[in-house]
Amino acid sequence: MSASPKADRIVRVASGQGFWGDWLEAPRRQVEGGPVDYLMLDYLAEVTMSILQKQKERDPAMGYARDFIGAMESVLPAVVDRGVKVIANAGGVNPVSCAHAVLEVARQAGAAGKVKVGVVTGDDLLPRLDELIASGHGLTHMETGEPLSAVRDRVLSANAYIGSTPIVEALARGANVVVTGRSTDTALTMAPLRHEFGWGATEWDKLAAGIIAGHIIECGAQCSGGNCLYDWRNIPDLANIGYPIVEARADGTFTVVKHPNTGGRINVPSVTEQCVYEMGDPHSYITPDVVADFTTIHLAADGPDRVRVYGIKGRPATDKLKVSIAYRAGFKAVGTLVYAWPDAMDKAQLADRVLRERLDRMGLRFDQLLTEFVGVNATHGPLAVSSGEAQEVQLRVGVRSPDRKAVERFTREIAPLVLNGPPSVTGFAGGRPKVEEIVAYWPALVDKSVVQTSVEVLS
Amino acid sequence: MKVRLVDIAHARSGDKGDTANVGVIALKPEWYPFISERLTRDRVRAHFAGVITGDVERFALPNLNALNFLLHGALDGGGTLSLKTDAQGKVFSTALLRMVLDVPDDEARTLGLPAARP
Repeated sequence: MSASPKADRIVRVASGQGFWGDWLEAPRRQVEGGPVDYLMLDYLAEVTMSILQKQKERDPAMGYARDFIGAMESVLPAVVDRGVKVIANAGGVNPVSCAHAVLEVARQAGAAGKVKVGVVTGDDLLPRLDELIASGHGLTHMETGEPLSAVRDRVLSANAYIGSTPIVEALARGANVVVTGRSTDTALTMAPLRHEFGWGATEWDKLAAGIIAGHIIECGAQCSGGNCLYDWRNIPDLANIGYPIVEARADGTFTVVKHPNTGGRINVPSVTEQCVYEMGDPHSYITPDVVADFTTIHLAADGPDRVRVYGIKGRPATDKLKVSIAYRAGFKAVGTLVYAWPDAMDKAQLADRVLRERLDRMGLRFDQLLTEFVGVNATHGPLAVSSGEAQEVQLRVGVRSPDRKAVERFTREIAPLVLNGPPSVTGFAGGRPKVEEIVAYWPALVDKSVVQTSVEVLS
Repeated sequence: MKVRLVDIAHARSGDKGDTANVGVIALKPEWYPFISERLTRDRVRAHFAGVITGDVERFALPNLNALNFLLHGALDGGGTLSLKTDAQGKVFSTALLRMVLDVPDDEARTLGLPAARP
């Protein structure tokens, strides 16, 4: 086949949000700092859906990532005037309400009619859970093999991870903003590439390349100098960090870049760190669209703050989808106090013994009671090495129990230690620790045929 | 002589359920074969004894000069259940880099490995 004039065409997908709570400045900086075609915003982590489900129970119009509405306000001029398209899994458990909120942003800005919002639904399995179990889908825990019936009455949310196909459909139908529920993080990047380059659903290597492009930029600045251990002292201007952009080509190769005049750093080590982040078996990175092989990723320096990625191979997708189920799993609380020199560690250890004895005498029982000494061993436990006397130590005690009352009683036992425990104690200004309900995560698989996604384009 | 892993590799870690993963990357490509040979599954399992409750899996990514270790039973049942400061396994990376390796002097010289500071 002769080279088509489009062979050199580049599509730019920018990452503007790596999780719900990421830098509010990033989306606007990505659309204003240089040319981009798509802005990709990832809002969902494993338990985010359950938080959103609780919000929707309180108010049926909620249940999506509200930060996204602010992001849309900040990037709307780029969407309306320069044709930048936005793809986000901000819809959570209520993508339709989210889409209407986006349309309202457009209307208030006098841009109604210039924004078409594609809404992807069908990932929410909560209303169908009993029907699925009854028809033989056990939704057994992927690691423990337990059937879901063990926690069925405590389930808060259940969503299938869906792939790129419905997003591609929304783009093909003219949407310039696409809102999904529990799409995979990587599909948000791969879908626009599939749409732009017309990749077929069985072009496994190209699809895998799109997925790996998505993996590299889905955590925002974590591939462009943020949280980068390699040569961290010399990474320039983190205050002005540039979020990553993928410059993709039709053949599946791409280059990871950032806008000029931004801080941070994109080099082979920074991208490699992100490649291995949250990795399981690198031969089989399973997504709804394709199984990507991370052992085929090749990275090459391509000038300052540019890394070229090539050689990626993929294999056919499986016939299953992963399901993310969240369920109530008891209560927890964490309390802290700070002990000062001299003998800070000895004082903190004595306070811990006193606290434990009091809890024990009250007959309070916990599934777990964990003590850490921050400044000494909290992050590396028994691997930590003492390097001289600590100047201060934070005592940090956490408890977990199915019994909310026991956890509440624990939270009342921290402050008294200030006056009736060991000396040189401070740092209790935050007040009583909060009791948190624990939402635990239950990963399962379901047959693909069970999940029917649908796409609506609203304007 | 003694060589600290932190002087010859960098790393990043994350969580998936009750498993933490640590990706370890050679600081120089020529050090990767040495790191790959020394960081066996058994060696890493022994390093994390008393820290994790489950087994260790090991995968090689020679294309990235990297190894990936899955540390099972690392997070007290999983990120949201865990009471730990590091409930999401973010700093298992540098915990692994605490490892110190005994290397014959001539091998260390040939590879240009930096000696551990006393």
